[in-house]
Amino acid sequence: MNAKNLKYYAFMFLAPALISIFVFFFLPVIASFLISFTDFDIYSLNHPERIRFTGFQNYSKLLNDPLFWKALGNTFLYVIVASPLSILISLIAAISLNSKLVKFKSVFRLTFFMPVVTTLVAVAIVWRFIYHPRFGILNYALGLAGIEPLDWLGDPHYALPAIIIMTVWKNFGYNMIIFIAGLQNIPDYLYEAAILDGANKFQQLRNITIPMLAPTTLFISIITMIGFFQIFAEPYVMTQGGPLNSTLSIVLYMYREGFRWWNMGYSAAIAFVLFFIIFVFTLIQFKIKRVT
Amino acid sequence: MKLQWFKYIILLAVIFLLNSCNHNETGFRVVRFWGLGVEGEAVAQLIREFETENPGIIVKVQMIPWTAAQEKLISAYASENLPDVFQLGNTWIPQFQELDAIATLDTFINTSGNIDSSKFFKGIWDTNIINGKVYGIPWYIDTRVLFYRTDDLYNAGYSRPPVNWSELLDVSLKIKKNKLKKDLYPIFLPFNDWSVIVIFALQAGAKLLVKNNSYANFSSGEFKKAVEFLMQFYDKNLAPKGSMEFNNIYQAMAEGYISMFISGPWNIKEMKKWMKDELENEWMTAPLPSPDSNGIGISLAGGASLVMNKMSNDKAAAWKLIEFLSRPATQMKFYQIVDDLPARREVWNYPEIKKDKYMKAFFTQLNHVQPLPKVTEWEQIAYSKIQQYMEYIVYKKMSIDEALKKLDDDVNSILEKRRWMIKNNLL
Repeated sequence: MNAKNLKYYAFMFLAPALISIFVFFFLPVIASFLISFTDFDIYSLNHPERIRFTGFQNYSKLLNDPLFWKALGNTFLYVIVASPLSILISLIAAISLNSKLVKFKSVFRLTFFMPVVTTLVAVAIVWRFIYHPRFGILNYALGLAGIEPLDWLGDPHYALPAIIIMTVWKNFGYNMIIFIAGLQNIPDYLYEAAILDGANKFQQLRNITIPMLAPTTLFISIITMIGFFQIFAEPYVMTQGGPLNSTLSIVLYMYREGFRWWNMGYSAAIAFVLFFIIFVFTLIQFKIKRVT
Repeated sequence: MKLQWFKYIILLAVIFLLNSCNHNETGFRVVRFWGLGVEGEAVAQLIREFETENPGIIVKVQMIPWTAAQEKLISAYASENLPDVFQLGNTWIPQFQELDAIATLDTFINTSGNIDSSKFFKGIWDTNIINGKVYGIPWYIDTRVLFYRTDDLYNAGYSRPPVNWSELLDVSLKIKKNKLKKDLYPIFLPFNDWSVIVIFALQAGAKLLVKNNSYANFSSGEFKKAVEFLMQFYDKNLAPKGSMEFNNIYQAMAEGYISMFISGPWNIKEMKKWMKDELENEWMTAPLPSPDSNGIGISLAGGASLVMNKMSNDKAAAWKLIEFLSRPATQMKFYQIVDDLPARREVWNYPEIKKDKYMKAFFTQLNHVQPLPKVTEWEQIAYSKIQQYMEYIVYKKMSIDEALKKLDDDVNSILEKRRWMIKNNLL
């Protein structure tokens, strides 16, 4: 078999995957990129004469849209507050569960992982009860500590933190499992050597566990960050973006514009701005990793 | 291995075959019908009767939840998959007419002995007319009236419901004085529900959109008057700001947390359930108060209509279904199953409705209703813009003037496409 033939066969084997990726991924992406330069909306369905080519108008409108900035700001809050929080909690949970002192490990692991596989809508219903200003258990607990009841989901100051707490609670189990896998990959002889050298627990953690977990941490932080950039379902089911748009995320705004009001052109422009932001942030994270 | 493949192929073939049978059962005419929410569920019970009356016609009913209805209907339209007959909230009719998705019904009405405009409430019938043509037959009505606790009003010195705005405010202040705890409110007026502010604005005489519905008119004096009136309720702590404070408005009424609210007919059944025993006779419904006179305030001409897909293959059968669902007897059954207010006036003379004292206010109110602006963009204007700026006003993020000016700007920018289409005769 010569090299040319080999290439041909390789292509034939790859073709089904390549073609479906092209048809179902690249074509729609290209189409929505083109749509983002038009004012495609509900009037344009089946009426192509009602579409106008608007150039960069959608993008310039976005820059002057206070709601877009609000949504972007909220999304950054989700990313900056919730991602590190989520990673930290899952790391702590993973290290504690990996410790030899803990009994019933699989029970804990299962319990912490349970929220990840629970339907979000069910989780949301329970958390709405928890946050209920009059009957909620959270306000009851705060009341015992002498704190006035808060309207968690109804007050613009507390709604975003409330959603972050719920989201972190729901998702940290997933990262925890990956961290546990990473921890189990660290060879025991490193710890043994460290103990012989007289390193205490904290020194072991700082000089062995955390550096050895670096690739896992990079992976988790990218995945978590992208996940929080795309946060949608949690605010959608809990608050629909309110009150005062304080929980509106960029994807929720995109969904509203696109599928609620059918401003497809504008919505596509939001999608590409979001894509660009995630792209830049991922690059930065890789850069940081390479430097350290 | 080969055998397994073979099994799958057979399975697929069977599925395809079954599927294609579905579409042309020989000798039967199939009418597809989509109902929304509870009506979609309830209609299945009545279809049997229609099918026995019309042998040869089979109705396929599908229920769509209200929350997903508009997205689903528009997607179905985009993929040319709309059913023959479907239910539409009457504020959506302009949208589907502008999309060219629904048929005019004038020719059917002219040959029908059963349906004509005089048999329906005028304000409701009007919501189905666009450019002089009829696009839907009113199915049931939804208008908002005042629900109130008679005992709380009585203790505040009112033996009858408030009939104008100043009485509404006055009775609220007096009830507040009687209710000493801070989380008890005389009235529930959710500002994040556009219908509240829009009702008061229509009462004040506001024209929401002007110039062929292509420009916003929210900074008009009338709209502002309504906002200022409503603001007094929030500022004086007469209405709760957060809507989350009670899970359930009926429970809140029964427990005395609130004494009045403005809402639609679907509340009657629930109110009867919650206001029981000694509370049974302590509540009533009343037409809405008017701004200054002692007349009756305007309310919304809400409700749902039956419309026909323009692309339907069997319009005659589709019309038969619409006629059947619009019959007085069918409407009466609907009232009994799901508490829908019948759209036909004659049904209101039936003893079952006449003897229900809570329905009287609705009947009076139905003669004082006004349709919303008939534009595709209305949903977006109401749900995203009006509600958003009302929130800003109530939370004091903006002054009333500033918020209404911004509301005008935002709505004008939404309507820009409409103006362009009007200018170029594309609408």
